[in-house]
Formats: sequence, C-alpha cells, structure tokens
Amino acid sequence: MQPMEKVKVIEIKKSVFAENDKDADNLRKELRTKGVYLLNLMSSPGSGKTTTLIQTINRLKDKIRVAVMEADIDSDVDAVKIKEATGIPSIQLHTGGMCHLDAEMTRQGLDNVALEDADLVVLENVGNLVCPAEFDTGAVRNAMILSVPEGDDKPLKYPLMFSVCDLVLINKIDVMPYFDFDLERCKSYIRQRNPKAQVIPICAKTGEGVDAFVQWLLNEVNSWKTN
Amino acid sequence: MHELGVVFYIIKDVKAVAEENHVDHVSSVVMDIGEVSTVVPHLLTDCWRWAADKEEMLKGCELKINTIPAVTYCDNCKKEYETVKFGKTCPHCNSNNTWLLRGNEVEINSIVV
Repeated sequence: MQPMEKVKVIEIKKSVFAENDKDADNLRKELRTKGVYLLNLMSSPGSGKTTTLIQTINRLKDKIRVAVMEADIDSDVDAVKIKEATGIPSIQLHTGGMCHLDAEMTRQGLDNVALEDADLVVLENVGNLVCPAEFDTGAVRNAMILSVPEGDDKPLKYPLMFSVCDLVLINKIDVMPYFDFDLERCKSYIRQRNPKAQVIPICAKTGEGVDAFVQWLLNEVNSWKTN
Repeated sequence: MHELGVVFYIIKDVKAVAEENHVDHVSSVVMDIGEVSTVVPHLLTDCWRWAADKEEMLKGCELKINTIPAVTYCDNCKKEYETVKFGKTCPHCNSNNTWLLRGNEVEINSIVV
C-alpha cells in the first residue's frame, strides 16, 4: 500500500502587488538621494502624450535637465520623435508584450539613463487606462492625459486610473466645440474619484495651457530637490 | 487586462514560499480576488495554466479563486452597501462621500502542498 500523501496548507495572505510596492518605494528613496524627479505619465493610446511632451520639454530644457523613457510594447517611433524634436536624451523600453511597467522594469530602464545629468525623467507609460494604474513604478508623481475626443465620462469608467493620478491634463481642448465634452462635468467626475487631483486643460498642438504644466513641473522638481 | 503580469507575480511569491518551506511541488494556490479588483478571474486562470506549467514546481498546479464581494462605506450616513450595484453614490442617503471598504484585493491566500 502506498502511504497516504500528506496535504499541507501554507497560509500566505499577501497582496500580489506588495513586492512591487516595496520595490517602488526603494526606487523612490534612491531617486530622492540622487536628486532626480521621476514622473509617470499615463493615458490612452492617441491622447497626445508624445506631442505634449515635445511642447513641454522645449519650454523646460533651458531651465532644468530633462530625459525621457518611452515604454511601448514594440517600435521606437516615440523615442526617435522626442529626440529629433527636442534634442534631449530619450530611450525606448520594450515591455515584451506586457501592458504596463512595474518598478523593476522602470529601474532597468533608468539604468540606461545618465541620472547624474538629469533633474527630471519622464516615463511615458504604455498607452492604456487600466493596467498601468495597478503598478507603482517608483515615480514621485503620477500624471495622466485625457483627450477631449475620449469623452468627459472617462473618470467614471476608469476610476482607478483617476484615483492614482496627482495631475490630470485635459488635452485637445481646441476641438471641444466639435465633441460633446463638458469640461466642468469632467472636472466634477475627477473630483468624485480623487478630490486631490489637479486638473490643467491644455492643447499640445497650439501650446495653450502648456505653460501651466511647465510651471507645475518646475515647482515639483524644485521641491523634490530641496525638501 | 494585466492578468499575465499578475500571474508572474504570483509565481514569484509562491516559489519563494515553497522554497522557504522546502517544498518541491505545489498542488494548488488559493487566491482572494475582489469583485472590483480589475483582475478577471477566468483570464487569470487561463494565464496561470500557460505560465505555471512551464515551472517544474507548479506543473498541473491548480489556481483556485475566492471572490471577495465589494462593499462601500458611506461617511455621510455611516452605512455599508454593495459597490457593484450602486457604485460611488450611497443608495441610503445619495451622498458621494463614500469609499471602498473591501473588494479590490488581489491576494495570495494560501498554497496547498
């Protein structure tokens, strides 16, 4: 007779994200020591992340040193575009099919950035309103772009994304008259999800509102370095 | 949508615990998944099967999912209600001053060896 197989239950009771949250906190601490501010920028595909970055960086690059990490499932079109349009260092990360970046992947990306020559590193996350919200990248702040054609109801449909963001840029406000987009309604939906989130309406194409975002970044970087 | 990423995290944690306990094979993993956690249970089990079978220690290991119902608490009237049915607005007093009490968990409960 075979001896009866013993069954044993080992309790774990641990969040799947706990390990990543710990990595992210460690990364933030290291960035603080190095005086580097990391911004995690998220949005849907096509909301204007890259165009917004180009406009913003061209106004920032004489004031502070900026570098960009582009994360995509494939291609390097965004990294090339940023480098050509702004002249700042820009690297491309491939997520290997994954729909988001975690703290470990962010750290691997940062290993390829000359951090001693950077005050601000912008991480352009994979275009997606669901998954990136779950994973703390180790960034100092999370920001997102919602573009007018996507609709003012998005804070209701993707609540987690809006609740983790410190700043929401509402882009493509020049086409507001052609879409049924109510800026005040959108702001109230955002406040319902996240009373602390700041909202800045912009148009990356015409440059409207971009100065307000530039000022927000300068204040943020300055206080991260001095506090 | 990020179930595969979640599966890789589960595998990493489970392997670490199994090694700590000197276990060479795990027969099932029990997960607590909240109703509003953004993780879709059947996608999680599909990704699990694909990834777990590539690990010697987890070949054939079953992923069992406990669903945790989502409950929201209202700060205004101090009552609880079902999140999925009523969303952000309290059905008792219509307030939006509410927050999720539970239901967004993505936790490894235990492993069976």
